[in-house]
Amino acid sequence: MDPQNPIKRTPLYDLHLELGGKIVPFAGYEMPVQYPLGVMGEHLHTRAKAGLFDVSHMGQAKLIAEGEEDAAAIFESLVPGGIQTLQEGRMRYTHLTTQTGGIRDDLMATRFGDTLWLVVNAACKHDDFAHISKALEGRATLEIAERALLALQGPAAGEVLAQLMPACADLVFMQAVWTSWPLPNGKQSVDVLISRCGYTGEDGFELSIAPEHSETLARTLLAHPDVEPIGLGARDSLRLEAGLCLYGHDIDLTTTPAEADLLWSVPKRRRTQANFPGAETLIQQIENGVAKKRVGILPEGRAPAREGTLIESPTGEALGQITSGGFGPTLGGPLAMGYVPAAFSLPDTQVHLIVRGKAQPARVVAMPFVPQNYRKG
Amino acid sequence: MSKKYTKDHEWVQLDGDVATVGITDYAQSQLGDVVFVEVPEAGRQVGQGDDAAVVESVKAASEVYAPLSGEIVEGNGALEDNPAMVNEDADNQGWFFKLKLADTSELDGLMDEAAYADFVKELD
Repeated sequence: MDPQNPIKRTPLYDLHLELGGKIVPFAGYEMPVQYPLGVMGEHLHTRAKAGLFDVSHMGQAKLIAEGEEDAAAIFESLVPGGIQTLQEGRMRYTHLTTQTGGIRDDLMATRFGDTLWLVVNAACKHDDFAHISKALEGRATLEIAERALLALQGPAAGEVLAQLMPACADLVFMQAVWTSWPLPNGKQSVDVLISRCGYTGEDGFELSIAPEHSETLARTLLAHPDVEPIGLGARDSLRLEAGLCLYGHDIDLTTTPAEADLLWSVPKRRRTQANFPGAETLIQQIENGVAKKRVGILPEGRAPAREGTLIESPTGEALGQITSGGFGPTLGGPLAMGYVPAAFSLPDTQVHLIVRGKAQPARVVAMPFVPQNYRKG
Repeated sequence: MSKKYTKDHEWVQLDGDVATVGITDYAQSQLGDVVFVEVPEAGRQVGQGDDAAVVESVKAASEVYAPLSGEIVEGNGALEDNPAMVNEDADNQGWFFKLKLADTSELDGLMDEAAYADFVKELD
């Protein structure tokens, strides 16, 4: 352990222990990787009913313009997403990019008035916040929000949460609202930011709340018979089945949004304006194509292909590597994503995965691996 | 003869000069839900400590080592079709392979049940 950087705990650490969570270090935090239900059971429960995740390790911050400007417009100088066009209480997925188009982090941005609410990855948050503050110095201020973040995900999430916070019922996917939640003690209400989004491919919410009230909220949600606590293990298998990227694995400084097949998050206006870091690289890749592309890969046998597995053509030519891979409990078999040359990126292209020295046949597939179940407007 | 155990959480049950090898109930509980098993083919020669089989949970892949030297006489093919058997019955039906021992004196280096129970207790 690095004594300069002691491992941290979220406000729900004691609850994780009480619930029988198995604790592992993750992104500088002691986090539950699974509970007694186990990764498989937690995964399937989330797809069937509702799972509660502690994601308080993630970074939350509010960007406020210093003058009369719109924080969302200012933020576009750092990301290729369509941010200033966000309507009130709407959110978008985008990327902090480098001058060469690499991805510093992926994040969610939500508009409230002239301010922007940001949620970034735990492992990147210190660098992200320093980068944003410095790059926008004199134009906008970043207020880091020391708040807990809970995710309630699954087909029953809407029904469960509506009993506590009726305002959630009006939200559609990628919409957010601040609400006031009366604590169960009846004495006090607490502000909660409800965002209808998540990292599982299911309908669900992320709930931002003051740390001192997060355990009460978690216990209240867990008291519902449809809700089980879910650890990082199932969080990873759920997001992989949903085809969602994990920063530091599927996307990083060496991949661009074009290579990562995330151009849906870069609207035409931003491509035309080309006024974000790495725009030159990204536009060039959009016009001329990419050398490598992130794809879904379905092994034909039963053996999972883990991160780092080599991808070869059927004739033994090196193509790339698996960046996330494992077993999908809902899919009922192995699944993976990785980078291959554009010529091998079309669905149904046959490839080989080199697992323990043996070539295993696999094919490129469209993602997600299981259907998404979002509540669209 | 009663079972012997390794520090890698394998059990060994000797019958004549053939040892049946599996992973312990403690090992399966640590792995979590087993989703894939690869067992060795008959005829393969393995040395003590060599990689012999693979067991994968949703989270990760682990090797099963040969606890003793010898020749594989049978792999438990049933596990490849039903990997969850490792979780359900690690001590019996969840066995991985049978090994014809080259040197039965290697057994002396393994733990008995009481010693293994103490070993596991130290880990928790």
